Amino acid sequence: MLAKRIIPCLDVTAGRVVKGVSFVKLRDAGDPVEIARRYDDQGADELTFLDITASSDDRGIIFRIIEQVASQVFIPLTVGGGVREVQDVRNLLNAGADKVSINTSAVTNPQLVADAASRYGSQCIVVAIDAKQVQPGKWEVFTHGGRKATGLDTVEWAKKMQLLGAGEILLTSMDQDGQKKGFDLALTRAVTDALEIPVIASGGVGNLQHLADGVKIGGADAVLAASIFHFGEYTVQQAKQFMAQQGIEVRL
Amino acid sequence: MVDIAIVDYGMGNLRSVQQAVHKVAPDASVSVTDDSQVVGDAKRVIFPGQGAMPDCMRELDARGLRQAVLDAARNKPFLGICIGLQMLFEHSAEGNVPGLGVLPGEVVRFASELRDAQGNKLKVPHMGWNQVHHGDHVLWNGIAQDARFYFVHSYYVRPSDVSLVQATSDYPQPFVCAAARDNLFAVQFHPEKSAAAGLHLLQNFINWNPA
Repeated sequence: MLAKRIIPCLDVTAGRVVKGVSFVKLRDAGDPVEIARRYDDQGADELTFLDITASSDDRGIIFRIIEQVASQVFIPLTVGGGVREVQDVRNLLNAGADKVSINTSAVTNPQLVADAASRYGSQCIVVAIDAKQVQPGKWEVFTHGGRKATGLDTVEWAKKMQLLGAGEILLTSMDQDGQKKGFDLALTRAVTDALEIPVIASGGVGNLQHLADGVKIGGADAVLAASIFHFGEYTVQQAKQFMAQQGIEVRL
Repeated sequence: MVDIAIVDYGMGNLRSVQQAVHKVAPDASVSVTDDSQVVGDAKRVIFPGQGAMPDCMRELDARGLRQAVLDAARNKPFLGICIGLQMLFEHSAEGNVPGLGVLPGEVVRFASELRDAQGNKLKVPHMGWNQVHHGDHVLWNGIAQDARFYFVHSYYVRPSDVSLVQATSDYPQPFVCAAARDNLFAVQFHPEKSAAAGLHLLQNFINWNPA
């Protein structure tokens, strides 16, 4: 049967992988190409790169990184951050990305999701949603790295993105991100139950049980984590073995 | 004359395929091409595809590549990938369009509201790493039974001749994920994105000399 996926996430700025807590306080984690190779060796099912470069001057760096990774690592690569128009999608695919993740621009210009999906296929369009709980069982979509409220309901927004042609949803809990207390499982469950397309749970992983809970309780199709892998706490292989022991289908 | 032509009919990104081929055959000359002459002259042809089948068929015809692909599929080592498998069949439910008709059978969509044995919802597209139960075709040489390959698709092929089937996978029912006949081999998954198992299959294709 289909395996649940484990996806290490690399936040990249100025050519380095960094990791922050709730989108601030960045800590250096190393060279992206080296890290990507390491995770591939450990059996990562995919890799996600988020270009968090603030300045547009440095936008070229991510292309060179993706080109290098794609010539050495033969698993799916998702790249996001600063995607504003169809041309950005095209440039990232040409650099070697297999999927492109769209976040803020999906909110400011939903037609971008439709246009990119119809041009390149839904399989390569991931919509990233940053969600924050506003009341029990209710989550609002935030943009601009979590700084800007949109008034949109996360479940309804995810359904709209599916309708416009998103192939997958990358769902990050702003409340949990960087806290190492586990995913927002109620959020994950609410979104995955509402959709036909796969959902990647993100934000808050601090140990291996959190990954397993994302699948077993949250119902996620894939789980994304950054710092537990970057700083050597666990390898991807350990994560998979742990999940397999819990009866979760994984690629070992 | 190139060793390997990767047919480019303008649907998405062929760079991954090109890079994976380069990895397993660094000395081979490889051309990503929309030139039917180059496809016609190449020793081997890879026919990838992504996106929606009606668009793929339209773009193939718009570039005048149909005949070159049909000829290659009948007379030289030929590897179809993803939509490149589906397009070989007679008809697709996606957009209700005819395919190339090289192989008998049709392309159908996964049912909605699929559930696994534990009652969990199975998403469509079928996306991720699934086990491949394969036969004894030489392109599987050295690849473990039930090895996992990376899939992303919502439609799958239903050959009307079971002798074409070279592998199946389960979601949750068995579906055909590889078909072959003579000089032709085609897979639903993406060998170029399937880590060691995928590279192995590409290597086997590069070395394949069908009778």
